[in-house]
Amino acid sequence: MFRFLSGFGSYWILLGKVFSKPEKPSIYYRQTMKELVNLGLRSIGIVTIISFFMGAVITLQTAYNTENPIYPTYLIGLGARDSIILEFSSTIVALILAGKVGSNIASEIGTMRVTEQIDALELMGINSASYIILPKVVATVLFNPFLTLISIITGIMGGWIVGTSAGVITSQDYIYGIQYAFIPYYITYSLIKTVFFAFIITTVSAHQGYHVDGGSLEVGRASTRAVVYSSVTILLFNVILTQLLLS
Amino acid sequence: MIRAENISKTFGDRQVLTDVSALFEPGKTNLIIGKSGSGKTVFLKCLVGLLEVDEGKIYYDDVDFTSLDFRGRKELRKQMGMLFQGSALFDSMTVEENVRFPLDMFSSMSAAEKLERVNFCLERVKITDSNRLFPAELSGGMKKRVAIARAIVLKPRFLFCDEPNSGLDPKTSIVIDELIREITVELNMTTVVNTHDMNSVMENGEKIIFIEEGEKCWEGNRDEILKSDCRLLNDFIFANALARQLKDSSK
Repeated sequence: MFRFLSGFGSYWILLGKVFSKPEKPSIYYRQTMKELVNLGLRSIGIVTIISFFMGAVITLQTAYNTENPIYPTYLIGLGARDSIILEFSSTIVALILAGKVGSNIASEIGTMRVTEQIDALELMGINSASYIILPKVVATVLFNPFLTLISIITGIMGGWIVGTSAGVITSQDYIYGIQYAFIPYYITYSLIKTVFFAFIITTVSAHQGYHVDGGSLEVGRASTRAVVYSSVTILLFNVILTQLLLS
Repeated sequence: MIRAENISKTFGDRQVLTDVSALFEPGKTNLIIGKSGSGKTVFLKCLVGLLEVDEGKIYYDDVDFTSLDFRGRKELRKQMGMLFQGSALFDSMTVEENVRFPLDMFSSMSAAEKLERVNFCLERVKITDSNRLFPAELSGGMKKRVAIARAIVLKPRFLFCDEPNSGLDPKTSIVIDELIREITVELNMTTVVNTHDMNSVMENGEKIIFIEEGEKCWEGNRDEILKSDCRLLNDFIFANALARQLKDSSK
């Protein structure tokens, strides 16, 4: 319990340092652009591949579980659309990114800590927490909504291609289904969740990396903790945000 | 000038530094020596504020560093340069970007002026044609020299070196020692070097303090060290047969 409270306290102290005034905004802008590439653009591949196949599987699962003459087949498209928009593209993609981006952030910052690069920044009179973490937070909060949109589009396309190829639904029914009773707010809900999750992934992972004490073994442990803690926090906030945004 | 007064530091129950006082003068290479685990790195980190002291005061000229707030320390740190044990070069930056980094953060120079200053510092530490290389592509000695170039690029008044010779061969160690000594005189810096390299002690030891078990046991210079009666210092300095022969021949 004491360790949890101490970790929770140091997380907020770190956030205080991260969101203090940047020393030189132009340098921070340059760093943010680099992080957009590292953490954002380089995640497009994995998000696209996973979304395509998950969209396909969601469509097939929905089709096989609603094999009933009472249900119109366009409901398969509707079910796939809502599953992808409401949960898959925001929450599941966030969990995948917690593994990819979160471990990357924790190990990068942890290595900087054990090789004294963070000490070097501090000694130069630079707020190391802000210089290292703020550009990552800004980059993921700005870019992850685009990843979610990409995920929604490729997921729905995956469902359409595989669903029609497997013969579980006609192209016409699928397209009708994904348009049927569409609530645009679901997209907003998904994007709001993504922004929160991006913030959680980056700050929780950065906190684990920033407080590494020891050597490479500790960096590895911090990387694992970053994925576990950010995943659990995402799941917790998923419940809270769903209740707040959909009730 | 740096003045440390009665510095004490503990980690949990472990007393790492006890009542250590020292005066480090400008234009001189001041050495802190002691065996591994004696507390010299903790003392150096306390001097630069990377660790908070439990008791005691640290003055830079007449400014009480220990009582400065975050902003005050930040300003003073712009006058410090440090060479870390593992060089601490930024992995994601090239040699040129590493050395230019403090200029980017704290100077209003134009790009051309920055490049000129970077090249001057790199040439001063005898690194040429390596601007585009990354730290992973450099040898240990080159990394140290690039780190020195980065440390002096803003013309600091205080230079700190933590084990500058660790992991280097004897010849490269001498090059690094000479470089530190020359730059100290050139820029009239107050240089504090943490070392247990005896060659550095004999070459650079204009002022030496010896720390054992977190306490200052002896203070002097390279000439006095050979004639010292301090048993702990003698055990440390003359730990090997060659050093003992040197001492016997000096009598």
